This record gives sequence, C-alpha cells and structure tokens, in this order.
Amino acid sequence: MRIEFAALAENEAFARSAAAAFVACMDPTIEELTEIKTGVSEAVSNSIIHGYKENPNGTVELECQIREGGKIVIIVRDQGVGIEDVNKAREPMFTTGKTEERSGMGFTVMESFMDRLEVESRAGEGTTVTMIKQLDLSDGL
Amino acid sequence: MHLNFQMTDNILVASAFGELDHHSASTVRDEIDETMEAFQCRHLILDFAKVTFMDSSGIGVVLGRYNKVTKKGGRIFLAGCSEFVEKILYMAGIFTVVDKQKSVEDAICLIKGQEQLQMEVTVSGE
Repeated sequence: MRIEFAALAENEAFARSAAAAFVACMDPTIEELTEIKTGVSEAVSNSIIHGYKENPNGTVELECQIREGGKIVIIVRDQGVGIEDVNKAREPMFTTGKTEERSGMGFTVMESFMDRLEVESRAGEGTTVTMIKQLDLSDGL
Repeated sequence: MHLNFQMTDNILVASAFGELDHHSASTVRDEIDETMEAFQCRHLILDFAKVTFMDSSGIGVVLGRYNKVTKKGGRIFLAGCSEFVEKILYMAGIFTVVDKQKSVEDAICLIKGQEQLQMEVTVSGE
C-alpha cells in the first residue's frame, strides 16, 4: 500500500488510520494496532513539522508492506529539509522545535513501539523513516 | 478531539475526548490556557479517561500545562489515563513531576485535603 498526501496536520489522523486499516487483515491485537498507529503518527508528524515546517505544499509518502510471517514494514518519506545529525535527533528529549511545546520524544516512542527503526536523511534532501514490526501471530490460538 | 470543562472551587477539570496528536494539541493547549486564565483557576486536573489515542504530542501538552500551573503556585494532576497513554507519558518521565490519580474525584479530594491542611497550619501558626 502506498499513499501520498499533503503535509497538513489534519492528515496525521488519516495516515495512521490508513496504516491500521491496511494491517487489520493480519488480525493484530489492539495493542499492536495502537503501537503501529502511534509509530506512523510520530513519523508523519515529524515530516510535517520538521521536514516541511508545516508548509502544506509538501507531500508525505506512506508505504506499508505485509511480509511473510506477519512482519509489517512501514516507510514514511518526505522531500523536506532533512536532518543534519540523525544520531542527535534520535536522542530522547532532543528537539529543534523551539516555538511550540515539543517533547523531543518522537523517535524514542517509535523505537520502543517498533522492532526496528531506520532513519535515512541528508540535509536538504528529505528523510525516510523505516519501521519494522513483527506481529505475534500465535495470539489467541 | 474536544474538551469539556468543569469547575470546583479553584480547580479546573479539563476532560479530553478523542485523539490527541500534533494537530489537536494546539487547540487543546489554547483552550485549557484560556479557560484557566478566564476563571482564575489555581489547580488543573487533566482527565484523560476518554482519550482514545495519544502520541508524543501529549507529552508537550502535559509538560506545558505543568510549567504554567506550578509557576502560579497551583497543582496539576492527571486522571483516568489508559495503560497506553501512561506508557508514553512514562517514557518522558512525566510522573516524576505530575501526580496521577485513578479518577477525577480522587484528584479533587487530594487537592482539597491539602488546601485544608495548609489553612489549618496557617491558622494554628497565628
């Protein structure tokens, strides 16, 4: 599944709902579904707030794949300003957002809810966040 | 997301309904701050029992209100957080500064009890 949408804050809810609807066929637990929605929400919010500085002319791309064995791959991509220092950005409490009340916990939340998190970014060239989550397929059997 | 407000003495109870994300956070923040200001409330209880989704934007909302309320000598409580909401707030260490209670009533009792105690201390100290 691949969708593109304008970098509008209103679309954050749409993006996480779309991801949840897509993985629903794998019969995830409520907890797994909430964790996936939260991860998508964090990544998409980052693209809108930091990548595009809330400029709605930007486009955010969301890609979801279901791989064998219940492995979910989620990719959030933007062509925004990029991240100068990815390692620094991934540190808990680190934020460049000064005007609003930003917690700097986005990547920390993604890391703790997903099994793997990869961030590829270059200043001026946009950011790609890849999250991998293994669903527990034995659940309820 | 929408908010319902209730007032008991100088305590404002802000009950949130729906999804708290970056989009809704700005409205939530403004509405709470404006209501606190308009009614000159001292203490704030954030009732999250009906929050159906929250990402890290919620951390900023809680911390921001904590800073404002405590600056004016008030207290802030979180009430009714689901396990998931608690997990996110816990990651940011929110509960080291903001107390959480199971229900709004429990939080109100605590604030009122403490104010009563302070009054008694002041009276007996005179």
